[in-house]
Amino acid sequence: MIELEGVTVSYGSGERRIDAVRDVSFGVAIGETFGLVGESGSGKSTVLRAIAGLIPHAEGRVTLASQEMQPRRTKAERKMVQMVFQDPYGSLHPNQTVDQTLSMPVVIHRLGDTERRISSALREVGLGREHRYRFPHQLSGGQRQRVAIARALILEPRILLLDEPTSALDVSVQAEILNLLVRLRRDHGLTALMVSHDLAVVAHLCERVAVMSHGRIVEITTADALASGRVSHPYTRELLRSNRGFDRSGAEIDDAVS
Amino acid sequence: MSESKLLSVRNLRVTYPSDEGDFVAVRGVSFELGRERLGIVGESGSGKSTTGRAIMGLVPEPGRVEADELRLGEENLLRLDERGFRRIRGKRVAMILQDPKYSLDPVMSVGHQIAETHRCHFGSNAAAARVAALEMLAAVHIRDPERVYALYPHQVSGGMGQRVMIAMMLIAGPDLLIADEPTSALDVTVQHQVLAIMDDLVRRRGMGLILISHNLHLVSAFCDRVLVMYAGRVLETCKASELATARHPYTRGLLASLPELGRRRAELPQLQRDPAWAADAP
Amino acid sequence: MTDAVAWRGWLLDPAPASRRQARLGRWYRAWMAFRRNGLAMAGLGIVLLVVLMAVFAPLIAEPSAATLQVLADRLQPASAQHWFGTDELGRDIFARIIFGARTTLVIVILVSVIVVPVGLGIGLPAGYFGGWIDALLMRITDIFLSFPRLVLALAFAAALGPGIENAVIAISLTTWPPYARLARAETLTRRRAEFIEAAEMQGASQLRIILSQIVPLCLPSVIIRLTLDMAGIILTAAGLGFLGLGAQPPAPEWGAMVSSGRQVLLDHWWVATIPGIAIFFTSVGFNLLGDGLRDVADSRAT
Repeated sequence: MIELEGVTVSYGSGERRIDAVRDVSFGVAIGETFGLVGESGSGKSTVLRAIAGLIPHAEGRVTLASQEMQPRRTKAERKMVQMVFQDPYGSLHPNQTVDQTLSMPVVIHRLGDTERRISSALREVGLGREHRYRFPHQLSGGQRQRVAIARALILEPRILLLDEPTSALDVSVQAEILNLLVRLRRDHGLTALMVSHDLAVVAHLCERVAVMSHGRIVEITTADALASGRVSHPYTRELLRSNRGFDRSGAEIDDAVS
Repeated sequence: MSESKLLSVRNLRVTYPSDEGDFVAVRGVSFELGRERLGIVGESGSGKSTTGRAIMGLVPEPGRVEADELRLGEENLLRLDERGFRRIRGKRVAMILQDPKYSLDPVMSVGHQIAETHRCHFGSNAAAARVAALEMLAAVHIRDPERVYALYPHQVSGGMGQRVMIAMMLIAGPDLLIADEPTSALDVTVQHQVLAIMDDLVRRRGMGLILISHNLHLVSAFCDRVLVMYAGRVLETCKASELATARHPYTRGLLASLPELGRRRAELPQLQRDPAWAADAP
Repeated sequence: MTDAVAWRGWLLDPAPASRRQARLGRWYRAWMAFRRNGLAMAGLGIVLLVVLMAVFAPLIAEPSAATLQVLADRLQPASAQHWFGTDELGRDIFARIIFGARTTLVIVILVSVIVVPVGLGIGLPAGYFGGWIDALLMRITDIFLSFPRLVLALAFAAALGPGIENAVIAISLTTWPPYARLARAETLTRRRAEFIEAAEMQGASQLRIILSQIVPLCLPSVIIRLTLDMAGIILTAAGLGFLGLGAQPPAPEWGAMVSSGRQVLLDHWWVATIPGIAIFFTSVGFNLLGDGLRDVADSRAT
C-alpha cells in the first residue's frame, strides 16, 4: 500500500545543509499498521510528512496504492491519505467551529451530502450535536483530537498517518483515543503509519516498527520483538532501556557535550 | 531536637475569580516535606502546577492563595509580599520549568545568566560570579564549562538547557527545589540524564525536592513519596514504591489505562471518572 | 427583563446549535470583556459621539450656519446664539465643528477602506510566498516607510492638488506600509501552523488557504492597529487642512479652522482652540478604543 524508495529530505545547502532524512526505504502492506520510532531529530516526522505530500522538495519515490506520487499532489492523490497531527490545538483553526473545520474538506472535494457526512463523522468519533458549533478553545484536548480524527476520516482515505496523536494529551484521555483509533482502523480497513517516541503506544497499535536515528532507519522489527527485547541494533536496545523508566542504581551521568 | 519540616502545607486553597464564578484550582491540599523527594502527579487541570506556584508566590493576579498553614522552614509564606518572595526565591526555594527555551533569556549567554543569579543573591563582583557559574556548570556535568558559558540558549540542546537551568537555580543554595515537568520536553534518553543530575545534587546538598509531573511511572521511580492530585484535590498519598498497589480508583484506573510494552491488550481500559472525586473534601 | 436574560443565556450557551449562535456568542463574550475596561468604554463613547454628531449634523445645527458669513458678527465669543462663538468671517463655530466631524469621519473611513486591503494585499503574499516576492514587496514597503508620514503626504497632496479626495489618497499612500508589515508578520507566524498543513492535506488551493485560513487571523491585529492609528490619520488630515491642502474653504474642516484661527489666537482664542480640542478629543477617543480592543484581543489569545 505504501512504498518508499530512497526518500531523502534536506534543508539548506552547502555548509548549512541539514539532512533530515537519508535514503529511507520501506513498505507497508494493505491494512497493516506500521510504526516509526526515534528521538527528536531522527527524521521520523519528516518521513511522515513526505508521505503526506507536505514536502514538495523531497527526493526519492513515494508510491501509494500502486500510484507513484508527484511532488505536488493532485486533489485525488490527497484524498487518499490523511493525517492526524500531534498538537490538537494547533491542528484546528482557532477561528473556525468544528462544523466549519469538517465541512471544508467536503466542500473542497465536492463530495456533497455535507450534513450527513458531518453528523456521521462526529458520531463515529464519539462527539455529539452539542460540540458541532463550538470553537477549539471550547473543547478539551481529547475532544479536539477527536475532531482532528473526524476531519481526517471524512474524506474516506485509504491511508491514515498519525503524528504522535496522543503525546499532547492527558494520560487518561490517551487510552480513549487509542481505543478509538483501533476501532476506526478496523471499521474502515485503513492502512496506518504512526510516529511516536513512546514505545508502549507504538507496540499497542502497530505490528511492525522501524527505528530511526539521525535520518536513517537502523532497524525494522516487530512489536512482539520489541516487547520481548529481541532486537539487534544497539540503538534500539538503548531506546528500550530508556523506555523502561528511570533506574537510580543504573544511572551513570554522562558529561554533556552539546 | 525534632527536625522541623522543610515545608508545611495545610489546607492550601487557590482561587481565581472570574466573570462566570470563582474557579478553585487547588482545594484543601495538605502535605509535609522533609529533606526527601516528593512527587506530585496529576493531569492538566489537577492543580499540581498551581500548588508549586503557590509555594513560590507565583500565582498570578487575580488569583488568591489561602491556607491554614504555608510554611517554608521558619518562613511563613502567607505573610510574604512580593518583596519578601523575591528574597527567598533562589535562596531558599527554586523552581525549574519545563522548557529551557522559554525560561532562559535568549539575548544573554547562559553562563552570564547563571553568574547574574549569583550576583543577585550574593552581591559578588563579576569575576567571582563567573567562577561560581563555571563551578556550577561543572557540577551539572557539563564537560567544557568555559565553552558552554559563552553559548546562547538557542545554541544548546534541550538536555543541556535543562542542566543550565538546574545550575542557575541551585547556585544560590536553596533548601527546596520545585521541578515542574522538568523533563517532559526532552527525549527519553536525555530525561534520565537530567533526572540523575537532579537526584545527585539534591542528595549531596541535602535538599528537598518536589517533582511535578503527569508521568506516573517516572514519578514512582524517581521520588520517595507520591501525591496524586485531581481537580485540585489530593486523592492519594503513598510511598513511591507502593504506587502499583495504590488504593484510590483514580490512581488504579490511570495505571490500568497505560499501554505497556509486552502486554498486548485489544482494548485499553478507559478511566471512568467519578464525580465524587472532584467534590470538595468533607 | 426576562427577555434580556434569555438572550444572554442563548449567547453564552456552551453548546451552540448553529454557526450563527456560535459566532454571536463569541462576539458577546468579547464585548463583555471590553465592557469591563472603563477607559475603553470612554473611548467608545467619544467615538460614538463623534459618529452621531456627523450622521445627525443637520438635526443638531443649521447647515447653512456652517458657511454663512455674517461679517458684522465676526469674532464673537460664546453666546446664547452662537454656542462656540463665531470665527473671523462671522460663521458659527459650533455648526462648523459639527459639520467638520463629517469631513473628519469621511477622511478616516475612506483611508481605512483603502489602507486595510492594500496592507493585507501586500503583506500577506509577502509572508506566505516568501522568496523574491517577499523581497520585492518589502522593498517597496520600505521605500514608502522611509519618508516621514506628514512630509510624504504633503508631497502627494501638493502634487495632486487640493481637495478631500486627494487628501485621502495622499494619507492612504503614507499610511499603508505598517499594515503590510503587520500582515506579513502575522502570516509568517502562522505559516507553519499545523492547521495550515492540515488544510494543504485537504487539498485546499493556495488561494483558499490564504483567504479562509490566514486572513481571519491577520484581521484583528490590523484592525486594532488601525484604531490606534486613527489619531495619527486625523492629525495628518488636520495638518493637511492646516496647510490649505485637503478640504477647501468654505467647507468646514477642523485642521483648516485651527489654521485660520491662528491669526486671531491672542485676542480671540476660541476660534483656533475649539477645533483643536475637537481634534484632540476625537484622537484620544480612537486611541482609548484601540487600546481596549487590543486588551480584549490579547486576553483572548492567551
